[in-house]
Amino acid sequence: MAKQEHEISWKELNVGYVIDEPGNAATYRTGDWRSQRPVYNKDRCIRCGTCYVFCPDMAIKIIQDGYIEHDLYYCKGCGICAQECPTAAIAMKDEEE
Amino acid sequence: MATKKGMEVSIAAAEAVKQANVDVIAAYPITPQTHIVEHLAELVNNGELDAEFIPVESEHSAMSVCTGSSAAGARSFTCTSSQGLALMSEIVYITAPLRLPVVMLLANRTLSGPLSIWNDHSDVMSIRDCGWIQVFVENGQEVYDHVFIAYRVAEDRNCLLPFIVNLDGFILTHVIEPIEFLDQEIVDRYLPPYQPLYSLHPDHPVTIGAFSTPALYTETKKAQDEALKQAMPYLLKGWQEFGDLTGRYYHPIERYKTEGAKIILVTQGSLGETASIAIDDLREKGEPAGLVKIRLWRPFPVREFREAVKGAELVVVMDRAISYGASAGPLAMEIRAALYAEEDRPRVVNWIAGIAGRDVAPEDFVQMLQQGKERPGEGYEIYGVRE
Repeated sequence: MAKQEHEISWKELNVGYVIDEPGNAATYRTGDWRSQRPVYNKDRCIRCGTCYVFCPDMAIKIIQDGYIEHDLYYCKGCGICAQECPTAAIAMKDEEE
Repeated sequence: MATKKGMEVSIAAAEAVKQANVDVIAAYPITPQTHIVEHLAELVNNGELDAEFIPVESEHSAMSVCTGSSAAGARSFTCTSSQGLALMSEIVYITAPLRLPVVMLLANRTLSGPLSIWNDHSDVMSIRDCGWIQVFVENGQEVYDHVFIAYRVAEDRNCLLPFIVNLDGFILTHVIEPIEFLDQEIVDRYLPPYQPLYSLHPDHPVTIGAFSTPALYTETKKAQDEALKQAMPYLLKGWQEFGDLTGRYYHPIERYKTEGAKIILVTQGSLGETASIAIDDLREKGEPAGLVKIRLWRPFPVREFREAVKGAELVVVMDRAISYGASAGPLAMEIRAALYAEEDRPRVVNWIAGIAGRDVAPEDFVQMLQQGKERPGEGYEIYGVRE
């Protein structure tokens, strides 16, 4: 996206606010909403993929060998991954910490 | 040549919708709008109008269908009254910012309660701020004509706004009037097929009706407000070109005997015709009285209104709705605000009359004008209420 939302003037909006660029929600940084962030402990991870399945924002990527990585651009910090992890390999920490 | 026929106004309105060659009709029957919808259903069923007639389960769905079908590029029509409008109002507010040129005939009827089916303007005043172009008409011919004008203006590429035509329930909808019908060839010349700027199509995916965050919402509302304010030149063009084709010219503010008038009566809708009889009477008796009729309600024609009442000392405004607990009726509030910045402004007296079908006769208008001379330029009174 050329401009961030807070830079756009009313004159630049499409008629009827039509979005003619499909998939542009991908540029929206939902990571800004986060008050807690997931902290991943690779040593405890059994590579079951449960967190990947449960993440409502597809903010968990499976990387090499089945280990995972959080995408903090989108992660809202909901904590579902930490809740569902059977081996407590994900912990939630306050952003201020 | 154009032909004149005696016909119930509702039927003539439906015939106009047919001649406008709409693609989608979604409406739910409600008194006093029923005959319009029934006749349209018949026209579609008989194969006289090639359109989708969607018999929705409520007005909320009617407006939802029209908004969706308009977004898909279909010329869309709906029609309602009173409680029906109240039920569809959630969606009515969405159609305008999406800039979808749906046309609605609103057969004005009071809002309950108590329950009533009779005519006043409380229904349309409840959605005053919905962002649609809103026009009032005075007789059957104006209803018929404004179906074409509404689509022409609404669908103008530079305008693209939904359009409400207000016609008084029963007083217009159920009355047989001589109406001059346009030849189809004239209609087609005036009203080209709708060519949307954006539309929903799988080959060119777009999103219509997305979410907006606080970072952008103010800008969306500014854009909507400007769109409605800037509709004026397209309205003027639509009326002018219609006049050039038919000889019937319409204006945002209609004047009757305002030349040299010191006292001006202001009305909206069908009672303008009754009021003109009162003005004739007063003029005969040597009173410098005139009449101003508000045809265009949104965008409100501030400049044209100021011009129309220039030189008047007293402006008597008749409202047909109550804004409970407010400083005046909705029309008088608008007018007082429009005149406040004028150095040489007339006194604006406000009556509320004709509530839910209560008759207003020419002598009532004479009374409102005569008693108005003694009344202050603030607040309002309900005319003829029994103490």
